[in-house]
Amino acid sequence: MTLDFSIIPGIIPALLLGTRLTVELAVIAVAIGLAIGSFVGIGRVGSRRIVRTITGIYVDFIRGTPLLVQLFLVYFGLPQLIGRPVPPFTAAIAAMGINSGAYVAEIVRAGIQSIDKGQMEAARSIGLTSPQAMRYIIFPQAFRRIIPPLGNEFIAMLKDSSLVSVIALEELLRKGQVIITRTFRPFEIYMVVALIYLIMTLIISRLVAWSEKRLKVVD
Amino acid sequence: MIRTCELKKSFGTNHVLRGINITISPHEVVVIIGPSGSGKSTLLRCLNLLEEPTSGKVFFRGQCITDPHVNVNEVRREMGMVFQRFNLFPHMTVIDNITLGPMKVRGASPEKAKQIGLDLLKKVGIAEKENSYPSELSGGQQQRVAIARALAMKPMAMLFDEVTSALDPEMIGEVLDVIEKLAEEGMTMVIVTHEMGFAREVGDRILFIDEGLIVEEGPPEQVLAKPRNPRTQAFLSKVL
Ligand SMILES: Nc1ncnc2c1ncn2[C@@H]1O[C@H](COP(=O)(O)OP(=O)(O)OP(=O)(O)O)[C@@H](O)[C@H]1O
Ligand SMILES: [Mg+2]
Repeated sequence: MTLDFSIIPGIIPALLLGTRLTVELAVIAVAIGLAIGSFVGIGRVGSRRIVRTITGIYVDFIRGTPLLVQLFLVYFGLPQLIGRPVPPFTAAIAAMGINSGAYVAEIVRAGIQSIDKGQMEAARSIGLTSPQAMRYIIFPQAFRRIIPPLGNEFIAMLKDSSLVSVIALEELLRKGQVIITRTFRPFEIYMVVALIYLIMTLIISRLVAWSEKRLKVVD
Repeated sequence: MIRTCELKKSFGTNHVLRGINITISPHEVVVIIGPSGSGKSTLLRCLNLLEEPTSGKVFFRGQCITDPHVNVNEVRREMGMVFQRFNLFPHMTVIDNITLGPMKVRGASPEKAKQIGLDLLKKVGIAEKENSYPSELSGGQQQRVAIARALAMKPMAMLFDEVTSALDPEMIGEVLDVIEKLAEEGMTMVIVTHEMGFAREVGDRILFIDEGLIVEEGPPEQVLAKPRNPRTQAFLSKVL
């Protein structure tokens, strides 16, 4: 058994292409997640019982089932209902975005609930309406606390995006697999793939740590 | 100005207020005293509907504000409240804390709101702290900002809930001075406090509340010096 890393430089461009798709998937998924999660997170702490129930079911369902199953539901299951195939990229984005929405919702909920009750009372006591109090008092403070866990959610999405390799989307992992079928060097190539994931997640976790420190100053 | 009628409030099976009837006239300063857990804060919070009464009515300027059709935001802007734990908005400067209400609720222009804010900061004696953040101020200064924030709404009445309890002893005086000044200006106030000396000085009337009921009320000289009710006597002998 010998290791041969000499093939690596030649395959880097292809892997970087896959990396780009991986990043795209994660960014779009978390962006969708942020849009869904903000509304759902607010709904979870709202006063409307029916909204709390529905958003609760959504969050529980998504967090209680594997992303891979959710992906299959969209990619293989949905076409049966709508009568035409779902393109892999669309399926991946949809599944990951909806998945991320549930996790972001919990982050948003926790962020809002971490703000002292006295803040809301003080805001209401000067006559601000509930939406005004949310907008001017609660969200700006919750936002600072949401940034770090949101960074972690992005890291999770970056890693979990490797799951969509199973629906033939050539993101980083899939690109590696394709190259392996040509070169028969699984160890070296999976090592490089792992390293690329590691570099990305390290950079993001550093950014999160840095932003955490910056935001603490104002608190 | 403020009147309650058989006001009751329960948290589950915990009957905190068990039928409170009070009337507060314009320009009157009413001080509420009583043991811990007797319902003082709850009563105050029912007056501006931060807490929803279980039953009974609250009237403010003749209007029944416990009526479900009443816009509570319109009521609250007329009743300033100051809390034990300041509750300043930590992400805003002192002046922004004060101008937020006038601008967003009263629709004042930024310039107008700022002028109101600066005047009030001068009044509470911390004009120079306009651009500081709350975390950069001492407890006494923070509480004076909180008073200024409430006053900026030009309320018809002010509610104070143990506003000196979280302060170091040397800072209590500066906050009480501000409240006394308000009393002299004729502000209608309901004050919950454990400072008996202050209660005597500033109060037109003292209410002693115990187990959710008003047990005794009257002018400070009478309630504090010659209490009639045994429970008032027991309480005062402990705190004086
Ligand atoms: N939001 C709430 N939920 C449940 N119980 C509450 C709530 N607020 C107050 N209580 C209960 O109501 C009772 C009276 O509380 P309240 O804060 O009005 O007393 P207080 O007279 O202000 O006491 P203190 O002098 O300690 O401030 C207490 O038994 C308290 O546990
Ligand atoms: Mg209290």
